[in-house]
Amino acid sequence: MIEILDLTKEYSGNKVVDGLDLRVEDGELFGFLGPNGAGKTTTIRILTTLTKPTSGHALINGFDVMKEPIRVKSQFGIVQQHLSLNRELTVRENLELHARLHHLSRAERKERIDELLEYVDMTGDADQLIDKISGGMKRRTMIARALIHRPKLLFLDEPTVGLDAQTRRRVWDLIRRMNSDGTTVFLTTHYIEEAEALCNRVGIVYRGKLISMGSPLNMRQKLGMITVETKDNGHTKYSYFPDREAASRFINELKVSDKVVMRQSNLEDVFVELTGQKVMEE
Amino acid sequence: MMMLKRRWAKYLVTTLISPLLYLVAFGWGLGRGMSVSGTSYLEFVVPGIIALTAMTTSFNGAGTRLNTDRLYFKSFDECLMAPISLTSLLLGKAMIGVVRGLFSSTAFLIVATLIAPKFHVGPFFFISLLLTCFTFSFLGVLAALLAESHEDMATFSSLILLPMTFLGGTFFSVNQVPTALKIALYALPLTHSSICIRAAALGQPIPWESFLALAVFLLAFSLGSMAVLRKISV
Repeated sequence: MIEILDLTKEYSGNKVVDGLDLRVEDGELFGFLGPNGAGKTTTIRILTTLTKPTSGHALINGFDVMKEPIRVKSQFGIVQQHLSLNRELTVRENLELHARLHHLSRAERKERIDELLEYVDMTGDADQLIDKISGGMKRRTMIARALIHRPKLLFLDEPTVGLDAQTRRRVWDLIRRMNSDGTTVFLTTHYIEEAEALCNRVGIVYRGKLISMGSPLNMRQKLGMITVETKDNGHTKYSYFPDREAASRFINELKVSDKVVMRQSNLEDVFVELTGQKVMEE
Repeated sequence: MMMLKRRWAKYLVTTLISPLLYLVAFGWGLGRGMSVSGTSYLEFVVPGIIALTAMTTSFNGAGTRLNTDRLYFKSFDECLMAPISLTSLLLGKAMIGVVRGLFSSTAFLIVATLIAPKFHVGPFFFISLLLTCFTFSFLGVLAALLAESHEDMATFSSLILLPMTFLGGTFFSVNQVPTALKIALYALPLTHSSICIRAAALGQPIPWESFLALAVFLLAFSLGSMAVLRKISV
């Protein structure tokens, strides 16, 4: 579905995407996890023909993004990080405009728009101006818009940024539903719990480079499923163990009176071990 | 079009304010009793105001809209990612200005024919008006693609459109000015629009040089827009 070969993007000598090699298969729910500025959005902009790479290749369903951009554009839908709806139009009008851009006939447009409004639970709000609806509803409208032309591939760039916890869960459910309906999803996020909750496979990206890849479970198993946090001169120290028994033995041997925390490892621990920094510190 | 359908009445009222003010101030206020080349000043200035209205509304209809879509709504990216050719995209963005320009200038034309019923509104009039709308729509698109902020568009309007408004043959005949200034004024596309639309309205011979000049401006602005669009897209 997606093939990225030694992809690089440079701005004034600064490599924001650095030699990226990646393959995403049909039906996957793939996550690109990394802090702000890691190169996630730039990668998506290259894959969606908005930005030219400095070098390397990217193919969507076998079509090169540089050589066959119009064919590539009909292969995917995208929900961008920022709100990109026309705020002077209604929900329905935004979908109508997008459907026309994707060459749907009048009959197809009506049927598809009604179907998608129901899919994202926006039927009752279809004739509201975008400016009058909530952030979560805008995000759902953008998801519906991205699916107008029935793409088999969907890019989601930070799909839940700025949303409250309840709305975020609703969007997650929608993403899971789309993936189970057969849509390949490539999402970028800096939220650890989002990558862990949704993705079959995660690529951790840092300063333009892909530094690790695998399923969230495999990554945690490689690191150690259990994390023990201890304080050392005011700094928190992290130690990783394959299971609770090993972690408990370690704790019993500690000669400290400070608070010790034992918990499940997560992808943030993987990221910290690889980079020395937290995902949100950047 | 969706927005125009919803707001046409409001747009109609606001779009007529400027040309009506020019008509009152210049046509009746300043120009009462004056004549230009044997024509009353009112009959002279009305076609100029039509050309000016077409310029302003076409430029703003296409340019301001595109600038807003690119930099504020950020919805232009969705157009860039749609499976359509750059030519279709460019033409679509220009047509917003053409439709608004025709709508506004036709509305003023209806008002004007009530005031100056000697107008000839024939095929060359509409062709000139259409050419004017296309020319300034593409200028608007070009400006919007080049602008990196809303302030850039405002600066463009101040430096390019405002001088054209007053020097582009709307309120006076270009033949009345010294030769050196005349040459400079002929470098303005609005001058040629005014000449063509005025000649058509007053039943004068078709000014082919100005018509051709306007077509060349259209070509330049459309090719310029395409070059910039190719540069910013894959």
